[in-house]
Amino acid sequence: MNEIFTLLSFGNMGWGDEIALGVAMTVSLALASLPFGLLLGFLLALAKKSEEPSLRAAANIYTTIFRGLPELLTLFLVYYGGQILLQQVLSLFGDVYFEVNAFLAGMIALSLVFSSYASEAFLSAFRAIKQGQYEGANALGLGYVQTMRLVILPQLVRLALPALSNLWLILLKETSLVSIIGLADIIRYSNMAARTTKEPFLFFSVACAIYLVLAIISSTGISRLDSWAKRGETHR
Amino acid sequence: MSNLSLGAAGSFVQNQTIEAKAPPPPPKSRDWTLTRVAGTTWLTFWILGGLGIVWFLLNSNHVALVFQDDGFLPVSITHNAKFLVKYGEKFVSGFLITLKLVGLSMLLGVLLSIPMTFMRMSKSRILGGIAYAYIYFFRGTPLLAQVFLIYYGAGTFRIPLQSIDVWWFFRDAWNCAVLAFTLNTAAYQVEILRGSIQNVAKGQWEAAAALGIPKWLTFWKIILPQALIVSLRPYGNEIILMIKGSAIVAIITIFDLMGETRRAFSRTYDFQAYVWAAIAYLVMVETLRRLWDRIEARLTRHLKR
Repeated sequence: MNEIFTLLSFGNMGWGDEIALGVAMTVSLALASLPFGLLLGFLLALAKKSEEPSLRAAANIYTTIFRGLPELLTLFLVYYGGQILLQQVLSLFGDVYFEVNAFLAGMIALSLVFSSYASEAFLSAFRAIKQGQYEGANALGLGYVQTMRLVILPQLVRLALPALSNLWLILLKETSLVSIIGLADIIRYSNMAARTTKEPFLFFSVACAIYLVLAIISSTGISRLDSWAKRGETHR
Repeated sequence: MSNLSLGAAGSFVQNQTIEAKAPPPPPKSRDWTLTRVAGTTWLTFWILGGLGIVWFLLNSNHVALVFQDDGFLPVSITHNAKFLVKYGEKFVSGFLITLKLVGLSMLLGVLLSIPMTFMRMSKSRILGGIAYAYIYFFRGTPLLAQVFLIYYGAGTFRIPLQSIDVWWFFRDAWNCAVLAFTLNTAAYQVEILRGSIQNVAKGQWEAAAALGIPKWLTFWKIILPQALIVSLRPYGNEIILMIKGSAIVAIITIFDLMGETRRAFSRTYDFQAYVWAAIAYLVMVETLRRLWDRIEARLTRHLKR
């Protein structure tokens, strides 16, 4: 038992500090992908509900691709494909070597996947908002931007929140894939620790426990966010 | 001849033909609004991208279209597709392994999820608690971590596992992958099954009880058929998630579609490996999705009006 504490302690003897670094990496990657994913997802949902058929078709192609590809493959396509593409482009300008940052590649891949799922969440939320809301806003003389900001978005957030919070939990779990392209996240450090100390079960259990704790913390945050989004609903 | 017999009426018809209605004006050409420009640009981008991928695949397999000016066939194809010749067969075997992994673990997951669902829904706090913890663990942690926990983690218990003679099971990456995937999908399937069973109106139970039908028969003949229809869509989604998730077994040295792709890429540094894999996965998932829509439409046709 003492041995386990030594292994998990912070400092030279234990792996606690390395794993903490891994947690920071996982959380920052997820947090960095979230805003891009949300924004892209929102724009995609706008495209999908537009009256322009070409825009709808293009947005649907995007969703089909990034929902159909395995996340790991998307990550590899972005990481290796991005590398090759950039190299090709840069070779036009001369002999420059450029290495694609693993964090950036992970962020792009996760945002792409997240946005394609989020667009569906936003779209179904848009569909739940009645036409009368737009008409009412129009009658009050609000323009498009004002209608969106003051009337539609507050309702949209409330309606899309359950689906989006599910997607956040999925995103948090998907960050584990970046360990495969060499980013030092929880899994990567656990793997290193497991190999060095020959205690794989201990370290992978710790990794799983950390993910569970992150999920629990997220759930608390989400339920607060939910009650904030529902603050306008009166109890009847 | 006919003119004669018709007489005055005929000449009237000839002279006073009613003017045909003017044809409707041609449809107004749509304005180039901002959304239309954006949509067309985006769509053009997709088309060019698709053509670019086709060109890339042809080019990297040395397939060239050579136009000749003599003869009937202006096109001759020279091909020297080393990559496909060398790795094509392996891609197919990887594809079959992916299907086998997903099929086997889905099937075992169904078998495991049924008793787990009863546990989860039972009134006993202990049984319900165990099932809840199991589901929470497998839904709350990444599949990659679960696979590592089983495959590498089993090494910690090598001696006890050897003593009960099950070490051979955990030594093999394939068994560990199937075990991890089965446990994972079972946890999701319990929630699907539980959700759909609880979705059936309570009146169905009460009506069956009023008719004197025993509980197990009510469940089997009345509740379950209704629940399974509701659960069709989530089950389809779960299969798709499993296909996509199965790509990670490549990390623990199983040569599924992703594993073969990685192997081919690491040997040739030819990016077409990943492009072929992407096409294979997309086709697999899209086919399944469309097929599932058909199946669902067929099975729920009695619910439509």
